[in-house]
Amino acid sequence: MISTITSRYRYSLILLRELVVTEFKLRYQGSVLGYLWSLLKPLFTFIILYFVFVHFLKIGGDVPGWPVAMLLGIVLWNFFSEITNNGVGAIVGRGDLIRKLNFPKYIIVIASSISALINLVFNLAVLVVFLFVANIDIGWTALLTPLYMIEIFIFGLGIAFILSTLYVRFRDINYIWEIIMQALFYGSAIIYPLSIIATPNPMLAQIILLNPVTQSIQSARAALVDPANATAVSLGSPWWVIVTPFILTIVVFIFGAWLFKRNSPHFAENV
Amino acid sequence: MPDTIAISVEDVKKDFYLPHEKSSRSIKSSVVNFWRKTEKGGNTQHALKGVSFEIKKGEFFGIVGRNGSGKSTLLKLLAGIYQPTEGAIRTEGKLMPFIELGVGFNPELSGRENVYLNGALLGFSKKEIDTIYDEIVEFAELGDFMDQKLKNYSSGMQVRLAFSVATRAKADIMLIDEVLAVGDADFQRKCYDYFRKIKKDSDVTVIFVTHDMNAVRDFCDRAIVIENGYVKRAGTPDEVADEYLKLFNKSSDAEEVEKSTNRWGSGEVKFEEISLKFDDNKIKLLSSITAMDDVRDFIVDFKIYNVNGHLITGFNTNDLLGLQTIKAGERSDLKFSFDNVFGYRNYTIDAEIVSKDNTRVFDKWKQAASIKDNKSARYKVKYPVNIQVEVL
Repeated sequence: MISTITSRYRYSLILLRELVVTEFKLRYQGSVLGYLWSLLKPLFTFIILYFVFVHFLKIGGDVPGWPVAMLLGIVLWNFFSEITNNGVGAIVGRGDLIRKLNFPKYIIVIASSISALINLVFNLAVLVVFLFVANIDIGWTALLTPLYMIEIFIFGLGIAFILSTLYVRFRDINYIWEIIMQALFYGSAIIYPLSIIATPNPMLAQIILLNPVTQSIQSARAALVDPANATAVSLGSPWWVIVTPFILTIVVFIFGAWLFKRNSPHFAENV
Repeated sequence: MPDTIAISVEDVKKDFYLPHEKSSRSIKSSVVNFWRKTEKGGNTQHALKGVSFEIKKGEFFGIVGRNGSGKSTLLKLLAGIYQPTEGAIRTEGKLMPFIELGVGFNPELSGRENVYLNGALLGFSKKEIDTIYDEIVEFAELGDFMDQKLKNYSSGMQVRLAFSVATRAKADIMLIDEVLAVGDADFQRKCYDYFRKIKKDSDVTVIFVTHDMNAVRDFCDRAIVIENGYVKRAGTPDEVADEYLKLFNKSSDAEEVEKSTNRWGSGEVKFEEISLKFDDNKIKLLSSITAMDDVRDFIVDFKIYNVNGHLITGFNTNDLLGLQTIKAGERSDLKFSFDNVFGYRNYTIDAEIVSKDNTRVFDKWKQAASIKDNKSARYKVKYPVNIQVEVL
């Protein structure tokens, strides 16, 4: 019994490793600069965003270190967006494998989220450069940032499980999710400081902070860049506003994992 | 489950729900029906209707059946790819399915990378592949090509590489689905050598799905025929192969109802009867023709086809007797005898009466007779066949 369990996880790990490596290899297939693009792409994106939002639109001038805080927000948002967008088509995209082999299907979703994680690491590497250029004072609270990334990862993975399961039967999901993501992007205080909303309407700011993505981005900004970035704690919210995003993260993850596990034995015939 | 049993299948049923395209993936019906097992506006297909059998450890077990009989569904159930709607499947030991060779092969990756990817899907860690990599390349005879992208491989090279990885796989139970259908004669020989090797290994249980009755007779210890979602017969390879071939006779009987489409012609002279008689190693073809008009210089021709519709052999009266002539109202018997050189498969005979220049068809009768249940037959027949026909 124990040996079958360990051999099952052994197989899962072998598969996970190979799927992640393959996806990474294929990503820059045929390009001259290859893996370097993993660094160049965020670098140029950041430079463009920096000029557009800080020099032309002049949003967030009152928040110290806003340009870097904004980039951090975008990096984390992209992380979340990649996990979920990769997740939607993950199972359907691997239909060829699923129809021919019996293997733990969750590996596919986890592999696609790990690809997003690898991208996050590259983006963060570029962000560190901006942190130094902007001369941000990095304090001990910076050690909390990985925790918020883990929170986004768990929340995103839960959603990826739900979406990939639904997409097998319901091929409108990817379009619906795209629309939801656009709404969330502008509603999550990514490219503008939350203080724009919090100052005239603290109530609305607290509602926005119930979203685990906004909450973790704001907390990461406060921890890594400047405490002036509004969080539920700094806004003096009641305790349930502070804990709701965490509970939501766990509930979504458990529900997603349950839904996926319940439906995965039938993927082969429906995909 | 006793220790000696590798796989037990107990009253397994499998239904597929086939949605009607219109209703299947609309938002409303999907939301409404997501939690239900059955949906309105679709059909349920009963692929397997209650299948039971056991496979002993170390057995080489054949599963045969016509296309659409449910055998592929059964194989996928055994592999754990599908879940049974009812019933239970128990397997003992590590199971390795070869539903298709080269699962996961990616054309954009090199041969080397594909070996590691395909290997991982078969359960090999990177280290394990490292140790057998040279062996795989050597067996596949692809030493110079391993760093090229798979898309630059010929299909034969891809199959060789995939097979080479697959044959390194170690498992207690192997499911093999007609991988033999691909590849050239040389490759097929390699496959058979490999089968002989695993057949010798009494620890390995093999489940082999095929259409090739010769392979069943050669390798299998036991086999089953699946027909219409049931086990039609379980038994020795010979019994099963005979039963399998009978399935095709039945269906050709059914086709006789639509005989009219199998027969046409102007009818001045036509066949009254065509029949076959088997004795010893001879087949006698007895035919009689009758005429409505006087017809001069015609030819009576017989062609023998195998089940795949390939022309095996044939003969005609022109070569044997010269041009034929018949008067109105007359009847003429034509009898031939030839050696029974045919294999286990079924053969059909097309008969026709044509003018000497082949411009007029008096009577064309497709599948006028068939050779079936060919017990006294040779093992395997190679065509085209030259037969010595004797006029009786």
